Amino acid sequence: MADEIILLDLWASMLGMRVRVALAEKGLKYEYREQDLRNKSPLLLEMNPVHKKIPVLIHNGKPICESLIIVQYIDEVWYNKSPLLPSDPYQRAQARFWADYTDKLYELGRQLWLTKGEEQETAKKGFMECLKLLEGELGDKPYFGGQNFGFLDVALVTFSCWFFAYESFGNFSVEAECPKLVAWSKRCMEKESVSSSLEDPLKIHGFVIMMRKELGVE
Amino acid sequence: MGEEVKLFRTWSSPFALRIVWALKIKGIEYETVFEDLSNKSPLLLQYNPVHKKVPILVHNGRPIAESLVILEYIDETWKQGPLLPKDPYERAMARFWAKFGDDKVLTSIWSVFIKQGKEQEEALVATMENLKFLEEEMKGKKFFGGERIGYVDLALGCLANLISIFEEIVGLKIVDEEKLPLFYSWMQNFAEAPIIRDNWPPRDKMIVKFQALLDAAIASSSSS
Repeated sequence: MADEIILLDLWASMLGMRVRVALAEKGLKYEYREQDLRNKSPLLLEMNPVHKKIPVLIHNGKPICESLIIVQYIDEVWYNKSPLLPSDPYQRAQARFWADYTDKLYELGRQLWLTKGEEQETAKKGFMECLKLLEGELGDKPYFGGQNFGFLDVALVTFSCWFFAYESFGNFSVEAECPKLVAWSKRCMEKESVSSSLEDPLKIHGFVIMMRKELGVE
Repeated sequence: MGEEVKLFRTWSSPFALRIVWALKIKGIEYETVFEDLSNKSPLLLQYNPVHKKVPILVHNGRPIAESLVILEYIDETWKQGPLLPKDPYERAMARFWAKFGDDKVLTSIWSVFIKQGKEQEEALVATMENLKFLEEEMKGKKFFGGERIGYVDLALGCLANLISIFEEIVGLKIVDEEKLPLFYSWMQNFAEAPIIRDNWPPRDKMIVKFQALLDAAIASSSSS
């Protein structure tokens, strides 16, 4: 019996991209359904009544919400291909700790392109501090998961296609401050699962321009 | 083989309480290290340099921080008295509700406590909406974990104590038994359950602590 997998998502969402990367890592076929968050579909409201947000994975009719929870679910159900979480409990705890930490980048990044002046400077500082800490955690390993691409790599890599947009509006360079992280993101992009799931940074930049207009940030 | 388990905590931290409960439910021997957060020990800063917070579990010299991460570590390391379900879908749901508790429920209840006027009214409305989802989740169950206390019960458990303390201090009903009968029963059942009931921080100390926090918040908002 074939699995039915549907992903409710928004093309530009780096959180949704985490799920796309995980599904690709496991070689899973699924139906992608683009959502309009200004006009939420009955399916989205039914499948995520609590938050009404994307991404939502619907597996054989049952919804799973929250990107990192979805990625763990995918890893646990399809455990015999490309494991994302390590098997050792201590390593797993470290991966979960840092993956949760990467979620901070979402709000800080938002503030970067939503605000101006001092608010934006504060967001920029916070954002770079996070990236630097993460770069420290990477160290000299090829991936956060060690020799293999893993859970924390999935959690963070999707932000990399947003770097260009953040840099443009925040007026800074990620590569100048965190060269190892940029090298790591390029290494990840050599993987089919990543390159096929991440969006073009120029398109993301265009998306942010559109969002800023819509939200009256000018 | 000697296991060395240490828990860095404060006497009142609701997040640390989750770990106390988990360790005791599983019958794990551990040593408590009490921290004074106004004067953090070098060890705390070494073990949790990122957040500099408690709780921290140190197992054979290796630290784990963030209470929900610690709960999963404990569950994976000591298999007796499992906290998370086996089925991946049920595990995903458990993680979802625990995160909902931290991100939304605790936040809205805290706002009911610390805010005044219109902001407090709005927080009450948000709290009611949030708790309705938990009410729905309780249908047909004694605990969120089913017949036994599980991961979600431990994650939400501090509410069973904090809500009544907040209600007493601000003189407002947050959980109405008539409107949220299942959640109300859960609060009673959880608070009185073996192990849980023996480990609540002293109520009088809690009242003093939170009253002081509220007084400070009111003072700073009226002087601005």
